[in-house]
Amino acid sequence: MRRLMSLPCTLVALLAAGAARPANAAVNVVASTEDLAALTREVGGDKVKVEAIGRGYQDPHFVEAKPSFILKLHAADLLVLVGRELEIGWLPPLIQQSRNAKVQVNAAGYLDASLTARILEIPTGEITRAMGDVHPLGNPHYWLDPENGRRIAKAIEQRLAQLDPADAAYFSARYADFDTRLAQAEKRWDALMAPYKGLKVVTYHNSWPNFAEHFGLKVVGYVEPRPGIPPSPGHTIDLIQEMKRDNVKILLVEPYFDLKTPNSVSRETGAKVLVMSPSVGGVPEVTDYIKLFDYDLNMLISAIKQTGAK
Amino acid sequence: MRPFTGTTLVFIGACFALVPHLALAAPGDAPTADVTATAASDSTQPPAPTAEPPAPPPQAAPPSSKVFNPDISAIGDFLGAVGKSPGGGEPSLELHEAEVGLQAIVDPYARADFFLTFANDVVGVEEGYVTFTTLPGGLLVKAGKMRDAFGKIDGMHNHVVPTTDRPIVSKNLLGGEDALADSGISVSRLIPIPGVFMEATGQVFRGESEVFKAPTRGDLAYVGHLRLYRDLSESSNVDLGGSVAYGHNGSGADTTTRLFGADATFRYKPLRRAIYHHFLARTELVWSRREAVDGPVQNAFGGYGYVEYQFSRRLFGGVRYDNSQRAEDATLRDTGGSFVLTYWPSEFSQVRGQYRHTHFGEGRTANELLFQLQFSIGAHGAHPF
Repeated sequence: MRRLMSLPCTLVALLAAGAARPANAAVNVVASTEDLAALTREVGGDKVKVEAIGRGYQDPHFVEAKPSFILKLHAADLLVLVGRELEIGWLPPLIQQSRNAKVQVNAAGYLDASLTARILEIPTGEITRAMGDVHPLGNPHYWLDPENGRRIAKAIEQRLAQLDPADAAYFSARYADFDTRLAQAEKRWDALMAPYKGLKVVTYHNSWPNFAEHFGLKVVGYVEPRPGIPPSPGHTIDLIQEMKRDNVKILLVEPYFDLKTPNSVSRETGAKVLVMSPSVGGVPEVTDYIKLFDYDLNMLISAIKQTGAK
Repeated sequence: MRPFTGTTLVFIGACFALVPHLALAAPGDAPTADVTATAASDSTQPPAPTAEPPAPPPQAAPPSSKVFNPDISAIGDFLGAVGKSPGGGEPSLELHEAEVGLQAIVDPYARADFFLTFANDVVGVEEGYVTFTTLPGGLLVKAGKMRDAFGKIDGMHNHVVPTTDRPIVSKNLLGGEDALADSGISVSRLIPIPGVFMEATGQVFRGESEVFKAPTRGDLAYVGHLRLYRDLSESSNVDLGGSVAYGHNGSGADTTTRLFGADATFRYKPLRRAIYHHFLARTELVWSRREAVDGPVQNAFGGYGYVEYQFSRRLFGGVRYDNSQRAEDATLRDTGGSFVLTYWPSEFSQVRGQYRHTHFGEGRTANELLFQLQFSIGAHGAHPF
């Protein structure tokens, strides 16, 4: 045991652990969420083996650090995470117990997807928990802007190329194809949403700022009085008044929240409660990143038409 | 469990279930420059849509001296008790413990965790260890002072225990709050078996804990733990453990205590409603074989059963049954039962009430109400599941 403690031995061990993967073996990727797993599949194709930890219908703040996930991370060549402290409650213990040098924080197999994404709501000035469970590094739900999906895919492509240089051209071609398909889809989405710029909506949690910004929605309130704090009667009454005043007809809810308060708000205001999918896998038909927006926007537009929201 | 963990006070006890919650978001020290908002400048990146607003300005780099500060947290554990207890029981009001955590990555090969406790005007190092995270062979090595790996309850900090107190078996056979915590080295390894998480942990301690007292330098204490975990579905899992411990007990020059333990936990948490409901059932059984210079070997047995249900996002209820002989006199058996209700105003604070009935081996009984208020500030790392 004493031997293990010595730094030289640790270094030797590290080198051994970092030995090259056998040629032609798929890069083993673990993504913290299904969105990142989907983007990795877009770029990695059949040269990667991808598993996600959190499910798309699960609150990504509160995934459990189950030992079965330790096994996944133990075998990973690359860990892709959302970052911005979204996973702070569960990913650090998994990484620490993974016994895998490749995926330790800032190692070659550790990719924080937020580093090249456009992050909104980075707090300036003093922040305290009186503000609720705020994310001091900015809003972590940034994947809900297609432009960020593109940036994440690019970062994954570059990292895969580093880990598996022999397949760099393959990853590059896959990225280019994804980029093209995403651009075509964006044109379609932007055209669909063009008539509704400035539409006012209320959301349960502050999960949608990037989505709202990209598609021209205006989020005017939240069911949660503060991030991570459950609805309170006083706040709900204020919210109902605000929604009536602003004539808000759309209430977006993530699939992992209770519908009791949203439904009672809906009864009072006539707003439609929409359980949209914030992630790939949130509903069975959303199996990839582009379908995520197809699903959400179709749902949103049919609700807008139904309610006559403006 | 983000439980109380750091964030949280959660009931970890049940622990884990909540653990994820606990993890507190670390407001922490100023973010390093690489985590500030960045618009990718890579020229290969597609141009941003023209309608895109300008990226937020990068945050000012924090003063360099703060960048490497560890995550710092403090957790207060405030206890109140009413009712008669033959032994006196807990004080009426008490800041039972203040725990300060300092946690950071040391270098590319290791991280360090310090938990300093302030209780009854005594300062102690509850834990202070380095963890080597990048060893080959599926090994994880810790060195320093640490809590032991015997069973489940021994490894828990007070703020993640799901009740205001520890089970009777913990007090009678395992040394109570501080358990077998000691200075030593811990090596644990994953054992690859398809479909199952299996982890073997071996710990060597100096032999100075609540249970073990080493008469000489060579009389080390040993703890071994084998953990088997399996997901039954995405919502439920079982967690089984077997433990052994051995060391000198200080009764005489060559008297030893051997401990054997078994633990089993079942957890259910539906993922779509994971923040609202969970169920946990756990039992731990402990056998103690204690030699003494002035009497016969004492073979004592004890255990507890605990069941917990989360009623809503903030409300948790639990029931515990206790039954344990005493390590130093196995003819005495204490039994008891508790009902516990915990309310979380947020992830960072919790209020708990417990009714506890205890029947002591001497024949006396106690009926007590215990209250606990736990509150956490700063960035407390999430606890292992």
